[in-house]
Amino acid sequence: MAYRWTNTLTKADITPKAAYFNRRQILAGTVGLGAIGLAGGASAQGDLEPNTLEEITSYNNFYEFGTGKGDPAANAHQLQTSPWSIKVDGMVDNPGDYALDDLLAGLSVEDRIYRFRCVEAWSMVIPWNGIELADILNKVGVQSGAKYVAFETVVQPENMIGVQRRVLDFPYVEGLRLDEAMHPLSIMATGIYDEPIYNQNGAPIRLVVPWKYGFKSIKSIVRITLTDVEPPTSWNKANPREYGFYSNVNPTVDHPRWSQASERRIGGGLFAQRQDTLMFNGYPEVASLYEGQDLSVDI
Amino acid sequence: MAIAQTMNGALRRLPAWTIYIVGAVYAVWEFWRALNQIGPYLVEPINVLERAYGEIALILMVVGLMVTPLRKLTGVNLIKFRRAIGVTAFFFVLAHFLVFAILDVQSVSRVWEEVVKRPYVTVGMLSFLMLIPLAVTSNNMSVRKMGAAAWRKMHKLTYPAAILGAVHYLWLVKGFQLEPIIYLVAILGLVAVRYVSLERQKQPA
Repeated sequence: MAYRWTNTLTKADITPKAAYFNRRQILAGTVGLGAIGLAGGASAQGDLEPNTLEEITSYNNFYEFGTGKGDPAANAHQLQTSPWSIKVDGMVDNPGDYALDDLLAGLSVEDRIYRFRCVEAWSMVIPWNGIELADILNKVGVQSGAKYVAFETVVQPENMIGVQRRVLDFPYVEGLRLDEAMHPLSIMATGIYDEPIYNQNGAPIRLVVPWKYGFKSIKSIVRITLTDVEPPTSWNKANPREYGFYSNVNPTVDHPRWSQASERRIGGGLFAQRQDTLMFNGYPEVASLYEGQDLSVDI
Repeated sequence: MAIAQTMNGALRRLPAWTIYIVGAVYAVWEFWRALNQIGPYLVEPINVLERAYGEIALILMVVGLMVTPLRKLTGVNLIKFRRAIGVTAFFFVLAHFLVFAILDVQSVSRVWEEVVKRPYVTVGMLSFLMLIPLAVTSNNMSVRKMGAAAWRKMHKLTYPAAILGAVHYLWLVKGFQLEPIIYLVAILGLVAVRYVSLERQKQPA
């Protein structure tokens, strides 16, 4: 069911298109646009001034297109996104290969302004347009024994330099527990700033789970599988000591490579100050999903 | 070896201090681009600048380690530039550390926490610490005071420092990436060449 979660910000708070492409020019001339961000202070929702489209589309991790942050923007134009179909299989009532449009037909696209926190300790705020994952799962009919949802990214070796270089064991795979997948915060994004999502951001459709580190939000999805066993996930396979299945944003659990206590919001320039990372990335409403779990063990 | 002789002739006219000038201009140029968020610095200048300084330090270490094998192999003599190359490498490691400490993690306690908790930072820090006495003694007065043999012995610290620098890079990246492996292999190879040729010299004629 759509509209189960609402931003405290409305659509009017999204920076107008004329302004968002290059915020620095705007800031040079006026102080007005910054007010949203400044007025909110430390409150969980109040500091959500979206990053510019330029920032969102030019600083990415999408290892199929190279390991540099600018590589996806440079190489992802090679991704073929049309036609696009998604294989839905496993413990579902209506399995099959769905054309993307058919899978999404009749479902509501919503605006969701979310914090996005990378495990590398940088973050952005992104105004997504997307469909609740629960709506899609209900449409295909989840069978009663299913406990997990597995996702798979497309592999187009001839178009993906990172696949040729075997940076990871491709295809990239990710997964969620069913209750996480059904949470109203979990969406499948098809747009950013009301534009079709750019290839480097995971066109034509990607997962967004805002309380987890960014690598959980798998891009360019071609397969969704309902299963009763915890599915393998790519970074966990690559380095199980460093990347757990849950990978919830948690400032109290350190990652071996990066302190997770603080982060740097993209867009602050060379002298950007670090800010404290919030538990569940500032989405405390998901805490109930993990009652009875020790999150320092279930990383 | 006519080409080597021509090159050596040209190099003789080039003063060693040009290395410092080029290094300083490059460092300032990259900082200026980061400050104005130009090119690769568009979105996240801090991390990119940190990497740029670290990478040029590694490149200079590789170049510095190549000087002797290059002379033996081709006759091209860069020996008079070697000190400047080494000291410039140190300055880039220092710049890399300063960007990390001041712009990236932003507090003394966080620097300490990173050094203690993260092995790749620990080895990077060890490499930096090893380079400090080498940079300080990279002058003729120190060679005289210490005596050439002791000075040369101490400056062999270059080898572990360079290896740790490359390990630091390899350890830091995620997934299988080629670039840090290339640096590590190059540095290990260049250090190994020295021990191989040392062993040969020790053998009786």
